[in-house]
Amino acid sequence: MLTKRIIPCLDVKDGQVVKGKCFMDLQLAGDPVTMATFYENQGADELVLLDITASIEDRHTFLDVVSQVAKHLSIPLTVGGGIRTLSDIRHLLNAGVDKVSLNTAALKTPQLIRQAAENFGSQCIILSMDVKRTELGWEVFSHSGTVSTGKNALEWALIGQQLGAGELLVTSIDRDGSQEGYDLELIQTLASRLSIPIIASGGVGKWEDIKDVFTKGKADAALAASLFHFNGCSVKQVKTLLAQENILVRL
Amino acid sequence: MIVIIDYGAGNLQSVKNALDRLGVPSVITDEREVILKADKVIFPGQGHFGACVTALKEKGLFEVIREVACTKPFLGICLGMQLLFETSEEAVGISGLGILKGEVKKFSPGQKLPQMGWNRVQSNDTERLDGAFYYFAHSYFCIPEDEECILARGFYGESFVCAVAKGQLLAVQFHPEKSGSEGMKILESFVRGTTC
Repeated sequence: MLTKRIIPCLDVKDGQVVKGKCFMDLQLAGDPVTMATFYENQGADELVLLDITASIEDRHTFLDVVSQVAKHLSIPLTVGGGIRTLSDIRHLLNAGVDKVSLNTAALKTPQLIRQAAENFGSQCIILSMDVKRTELGWEVFSHSGTVSTGKNALEWALIGQQLGAGELLVTSIDRDGSQEGYDLELIQTLASRLSIPIIASGGVGKWEDIKDVFTKGKADAALAASLFHFNGCSVKQVKTLLAQENILVRL
Repeated sequence: MIVIIDYGAGNLQSVKNALDRLGVPSVITDEREVILKADKVIFPGQGHFGACVTALKEKGLFEVIREVACTKPFLGICLGMQLLFETSEEAVGISGLGILKGEVKKFSPGQKLPQMGWNRVQSNDTERLDGAFYYFAHSYFCIPEDEECILARGFYGESFVCAVAKGQLLAVQFHPEKSGSEGMKILESFVRGTTC
């Protein structure tokens, strides 16, 4: 049987891991290779590296970091942030990355999802979307959650799936950094309507939030950063607790 | 030298990184001569069955792979396993390598596709495969005609074959290069030659 996945996320800026509260207020957390291998050894099922500056100048620094992490990691590695073209994706795959997550560029050019899936396979294309509750309902925001798009989250997710995305990474902007738990209603709605796996993100503050996002939210995977970086909670502890609740995890 | 076949499909660096971690020299190549001279061959693959068959033919590698798969220690990974079979529901009318008899079929409706993540496999090989978790990323799986070549099975809404072996050939549906220490064991036994 397929297990539920726990995916630590490392936000990388200037070659270092940081974690933002509501995408702001960066706090230094550590060296990417050290943290990546630390999480693999704890039992992380995958790892995500997000390039949170994604400026052209920093691109090379980030590629170096990615390449170093990939050399040391024997679990799947996903990279997101600032990926705009097929050539960006190819560079990352050549650096040893397994999957890429597309966000702002996909909103601007939805056909990028199709082209990427055709060239590299759906299994390595994750559509990432940042979602906020507005008067429009669940609205998708671009540019790291700063620019409203007027797009409805469910509609956009279905389009992304149709275009060939292999997974959907959903981040609740309202919950991100709040430690109040995932937006279960949002995750559950998407999980029940999509046929591709859903990775939930944004708001986890304690292990029970992960339990809830699997049982009530019906997510396939849970992304977390500060829970593991700062809250003294290990991936292994969380998985052991989940297993005691009869949730299937790899231990 | 261990050769990783490059035909523009998928993440080859990931496989090479894993071999580097084992301290085993390897080369990523699409050159026939290099492949024919290899001690062992790894045939990875991601993407679309039909597109990969086309790419292999365009690169003139179709026959080369048929040859080395039967004469050298050979490891097929993911789509590299599926391509060894005769046909696939993913690309009706296009023939695979046909090194193993059988077809490739899509998972029945009702499951999220692709199957993405860690699944536990069952095998008579209690040393390595049985009970271990491996990382999968696929929507199609192989149905070998010859039951004797089946090495391991997994379950995803239905039972599916996830590893086959025949002579010096080993093929796995999961990604050993991405399956932590259990996956590294598979690669290690292949490169050290303890299974072939």
